[in-house]
Amino acid sequence: MSVVAQTVTQRLALALPGLAVLLSVLFEIVPLGVRHLADVAPLLGLIAVYYWSIYRPQLIPAPFVFAVGLVHDLLSGGPLGLMALVLVALHIFCVSQRRVLIGRSFGVGWFGFMLVAPGAALLEWIVASIYFMHPMDPVPLLVQLVLTIVLYPPLNWLFNRVELAVARAA
Amino acid sequence: MALKGGRMLRLAVPLKALIQRFAFALLLTAAAALLVMGKADVAMVERLRTAVVDEMTPILLVLSRPAVAVNRVIDQGRSMLFVFSENTRLREENARLRQWQDVARRLEPENARLRRLLSAGVDPPNTFITARVVGDAGGPFVRTMLLSAGERDGIEKGQAVVADGGFVGRIAEVGQRSARVLLLTDLNSRVPVALEGSRHRAVLSGDNSRLPRLEYLPAGAEVAVGDRIVTSGDGGLFPTGLAIGQIVSVAEGAVRVQPLVQLDQLEYVRVVSFESPRLPVAEFGRGGGRR
Repeated sequence: MSVVAQTVTQRLALALPGLAVLLSVLFEIVPLGVRHLADVAPLLGLIAVYYWSIYRPQLIPAPFVFAVGLVHDLLSGGPLGLMALVLVALHIFCVSQRRVLIGRSFGVGWFGFMLVAPGAALLEWIVASIYFMHPMDPVPLLVQLVLTIVLYPPLNWLFNRVELAVARAA
Repeated sequence: MALKGGRMLRLAVPLKALIQRFAFALLLTAAAALLVMGKADVAMVERLRTAVVDEMTPILLVLSRPAVAVNRVIDQGRSMLFVFSENTRLREENARLRQWQDVARRLEPENARLRRLLSAGVDPPNTFITARVVGDAGGPFVRTMLLSAGERDGIEKGQAVVADGGFVGRIAEVGQRSARVLLLTDLNSRVPVALEGSRHRAVLSGDNSRLPRLEYLPAGAEVAVGDRIVTSGDGGLFPTGLAIGQIVSVAEGAVRVQPLVQLDQLEYVRVVSFESPRLPVAEFGRGGGRR
């Protein structure tokens, strides 16, 4: 492989985590045609930010996470800044705790997510309730949370593949 | 020199941590500030929204393709499975519709004759703009939809959106090639409606649940489960008589309406381009800058 091609593939690989975060958030918005899913679309962005904040925090810097959250808010039509706030808070928390979780088994990672995701959802609920000045119905958010936790394993598997590619390139 | 470098390094690490903390705090503050600005309904926020949505719509369009393809296959499989029962149902429906066709044929000339007698004006026909749905709210707090058509296709703010013969919502924001629909189930949606039979006027207001509420019914208006609701055309925003749904529950204090259209399975919708025949539009504050 020529030096140029090598540099290009390396650059591309290093952009993968960011791309994974962006796509995860966009897939929350894309209509999947599944009945009743639009109100309780799984929070794939939480999974992506959790995973990559632990494994490659330097490849998804906080301003990037903020921007992705903002894109979600702008597209969804929801409160502007809500998802940006939740994702950045999650990113900060996971970066601070990454030593505890990095390199652990899949089970520990999933368990960690089960502890962290409800916190993020609670933050989202509190901020939304203040924003709309009336307590939001928590049920859809709880359904979202459960769906998100159920979808963690396949996404984790996918991100592990991407992680390998990134590690090879770096 | 070596000493100096070591000291620099000792200083650099905490400094970096400090900068990072500062950046974190800054971002969290920025998010909070945006929430306050968005709540205050700053015009700049809406402009930013339409600009970003415009840029992202082509990407969403591409991302939605696989889901559309999968759903088509599932739909085809399902229709193969139920082809016999579906055929029977359609035959029955066809027979029923033929009867209605006879009734309509009989009533059409009569209606025209009566209109002539009264010199009543004829409502101008509506024109439609078809648009693909490329995004939904993806969350529990709002009920909106993104369309892959905008100003350049003739969509304007405030226009009614219909699908499968039923009212869906109205255009809330419009960019060059994208538009946002505020669904009739959204917390902020208020639609002037009429009961199809009695012509009593009311307002259909969403509350983020699946079944919007009928409000401001006149005193003494009788409503029953099964009554059909249509747009009243009051306010000159929507055409008169677009079907919306049926009353499904009448309880003390809350009359609930089931929309005709399954709002979360729409692939295409039609935007109704409609000019109010009687009222000058600007007086009703439709966007203000329309002249």
